[in-house]
Amino acid sequence: MSKIELIGVDKYYGNNHVLKALNLTIEDGEFMTLLGPSGCGKTTTLRVVSGLEKPQNGTILMDGREIVNAAELHYEPPAKRELNLVFQSYALWPHMTVYNNVAFGLTIKKISSDIIRKSVEDALERMQILEYKDRYPSELSGGQQQRVAIARAIVNTPKVLLLDEPLSNLDAKLRIDMRSEIKRLHQEMGTTIIYVTHDQIEALTMSTKVAIFFDGVLEQVDTPLKVYQNPATQRIADFIGNPRINFVDGKAHCRNGKLFVQSDLGVYEYGDKDFTANEFPKSGEFDCILGIRPEQLTLHKRAQANTIEAEVYASQPAGSETLIQMQIANTRLLAKEIGVASYDQDQKIHIYVNPAMVNIFNKETGKLIKLATELK
Amino acid sequence: MSAPVPRSYSRSKKAKNFILNIITNPYNIIVLVSIILLGYLIIVPLFEMITTTFHLAQRDLRSVPGATPGEFTLYYWNRLLFSNISSSLLYKPLMNSLMIAMSVSVISILLGSVCAWLLVRSDLPGKRFFSLVILVPYMLPSWCKSMAWITVFKNARVGGSTGFLASLGINTPDWLAYGPIPIILVLSIHYYAYAYLLISASLSSINSELEEMGEIAGASKSQILSKITMPLVLPAILSSFILTFSKSMGTFGVPAFLGMKVNYYTVSTMLYSTVQQQQTTTGFAIAMVLIIISSLNVYINQRAIGSRRSYATIGGKGGRSNLVSLGRSKPVILAVLITFVIIAVLGPIIILLIDTFMLKPGVYSLENFSLYYWIGSGRPDIFEGEKGVLANPRFWKNVWNTLALVITTSVIATSCGQILGYITSRGRGKFSGRLVEQLVFIPYLIPSIAFGAIYLSMFSRPRLFIPSLYGTFTLMVLVSVVKHLPFSSRSGTSNMMQISTELEEAASISGASFVKRFARIVLPLSKSGFLSGFMLIFISIMKELDLIILIVTPSLATLPYMAYSYSNGNMGPYSNVVASIMFLIVLLVYWLTNKLGNADIASSMGG
Repeated sequence: MSKIELIGVDKYYGNNHVLKALNLTIEDGEFMTLLGPSGCGKTTTLRVVSGLEKPQNGTILMDGREIVNAAELHYEPPAKRELNLVFQSYALWPHMTVYNNVAFGLTIKKISSDIIRKSVEDALERMQILEYKDRYPSELSGGQQQRVAIARAIVNTPKVLLLDEPLSNLDAKLRIDMRSEIKRLHQEMGTTIIYVTHDQIEALTMSTKVAIFFDGVLEQVDTPLKVYQNPATQRIADFIGNPRINFVDGKAHCRNGKLFVQSDLGVYEYGDKDFTANEFPKSGEFDCILGIRPEQLTLHKRAQANTIEAEVYASQPAGSETLIQMQIANTRLLAKEIGVASYDQDQKIHIYVNPAMVNIFNKETGKLIKLATELK
Repeated sequence: MSAPVPRSYSRSKKAKNFILNIITNPYNIIVLVSIILLGYLIIVPLFEMITTTFHLAQRDLRSVPGATPGEFTLYYWNRLLFSNISSSLLYKPLMNSLMIAMSVSVISILLGSVCAWLLVRSDLPGKRFFSLVILVPYMLPSWCKSMAWITVFKNARVGGSTGFLASLGINTPDWLAYGPIPIILVLSIHYYAYAYLLISASLSSINSELEEMGEIAGASKSQILSKITMPLVLPAILSSFILTFSKSMGTFGVPAFLGMKVNYYTVSTMLYSTVQQQQTTTGFAIAMVLIIISSLNVYINQRAIGSRRSYATIGGKGGRSNLVSLGRSKPVILAVLITFVIIAVLGPIIILLIDTFMLKPGVYSLENFSLYYWIGSGRPDIFEGEKGVLANPRFWKNVWNTLALVITTSVIATSCGQILGYITSRGRGKFSGRLVEQLVFIPYLIPSIAFGAIYLSMFSRPRLFIPSLYGTFTLMVLVSVVKHLPFSSRSGTSNMMQISTELEEAASISGASFVKRFARIVLPLSKSGFLSGFMLIFISIMKELDLIILIVTPSLATLPYMAYSYSNGNMGPYSNVVASIMFLIVLLVYWLTNKLGNADIASSMGG
């Protein structure tokens, strides 16, 4: 349990600027997921926190204690930071049994062997792999190796648990099992967790907070729901959510403190209470992009109030849900309906969009200028 | 998000941490120590040798009137390159060496690639047997083969008894007994094993689907061979060519046995004889010529195949491999191969062995059978009363010397190799890693005999902190360790590359110090690699003659040196006994390596 603050952290590999002036606070007991495409700096952030990498600039505090002060070249060694790390490759020592793998860190600390045995067995028990304690890693399946790696990381009850894409080597079904396993672990132990992934589903389903990185820059830190509903930039909107968000080109202009947005979907009008702090031209017309989640499109067979006509392009029923692609003038939209629905190709349908649920991005800066409001 | 807040900053703390970070990181310490040591043991000797050739030595004072010892002079280079003795000192031997190296390379590549193709790609029967036997030459030092050659072809031209053929009444002509032809033949049946190893590895990495694709496209067998297979193995062929060429250029043993007695010199034997005649500085200049040729070779090698080597291994998945049928020519090919094996591979060993049991040299009959040269107690009428080898206390002393040298050197070289391998594998992309990699490579450029010459020049007088090492065991160990560093560190690097850094990082997060990490993670995981690296160096030093020939003294003689001096004294049978014993030891170690290497912990740990 620990609060971690990263202040102005820069990390270079040679001339490659991997982390750019990173500021991030991870509260005590939080499950913070670092999310982003590969090469965005999320694993580097984790390694900087763990002490395996030394940043060139910046400060890192742990419960107010300075563990990194790059200006003074002060870097506390990893072992003193009271944290532990689960590697993507698991990094289990192949020449040691499961028991010895988990016990290794404790034997270094010269703890009495009775206590070691108890802690190791507790950790193995918690991960439900006690029966394999005398096996070698090569004699375990991928999922079991994963559990050993986690057991090894929690055996010394670290204040912070770091996980680097721990589920990426597992098959789809095991991954879902391990997700709930890790989520339960977090709730039972109350440890601060920093979790790196490029899988947005993992990020949304497990964490209390998500930090999204692009090209070494932290673009947004928020709860999973808020990241989903109000992504701070267009590329976050594009990255988060499956199926992908619909983008519709539009023209916007401000009049009397109100924003008017014109697109193939019609004209929407917004008051200033929904505006974000991001700048946009207050006079004249400018290009904008509307972001609409597929589940926000309601489909009707017949025209109703505020609906617009569309033509079905293709329909993809998948049992639990159906994805429908449709065309309105020059815009193609994707809608998602729960359950089985049947639409014919080129069929005329009528769609309804709640303008309040639409994100508006400034096309020039890519930043969110109008929030989607939650339905009451 | 707020702008970065500057936190406390103190210059003195920064300075303190700067120093602490460097000295508390053991990696930096070993890098520093390694670089200093490598510099001292490789760069300094090389540099010293070069400068020596430009300064007048005391003993050559008479040759340069009015000069003072130690002053700058071009006397040695002048003498070597532009004087009336240059021809016999350098140009003739150089031409001989180049001619030998070129012929040996061509013959060994031909032999090696034919063997490789037959054993990898054809349906030849008895492959297991052949692939083992074909590597035997690799275990028998090349100079042992030249001893076998002499035993067979020796004629009356030089003193002592005559050979096997002469005893049958066939008088061998001079060109067949001594000189370039025997040297080329003996070296070829030695070095083809290298070519075979490289080319067969490359051949077996080629997926036969590549060839089948050519067949589907309508290419004939010869077109497939020339358009698909050949280009794919070309990098391997080129690199074995370069390897053989530079090895034959620098080799000493064979031309010494087969050439020196009839005044046929190569660069390496000339280097030896100048040093023997106290013209050490001229010898150093010759050594430099050898080094320059060798470096040029490696440079050409890297330019020619450096970038292309990759695709020989890229398809390394192997995949399915359909064998080419030899058809009706199978029995003929088989017969030729068996003949080759009997003559070129087993022949030398059998000849050496038989000769040790013939009491009166040159008489091959059952009545003449005797164990005299093995266990005889010394009869005044045979070779001036020299005792049988096993009964000779000097032999046992030399066995002891050899084992002491080989074991000490292998342990030190392998351990250094692991540490250097650790630095190069963990320092990939870092300056320190690259520097160590480059430094360690230098001894590879220097032919063994030249390397011995360098150490002779460097350590024959007291140096900073080090007393004169000439004639000491330490010098022999030092020269063997440093010369073998390129091999030991290469095996150390590949060993360390297999240990993922994450395994170490996981330990360091658990609080293990560098020493603990090394002892409990890195060492246990590198055990099997350590063992095989150890054995390879063991075998190599066991056979070594070229490297130590210039620095060995009678009290420190090793088995190869003992065999060499017996042979030099025209005491062939004794020399053959020593050679046979050596071969047995090497064979035993090789067999052990294979046994241990397979049965090791590797089976219990895959992950």
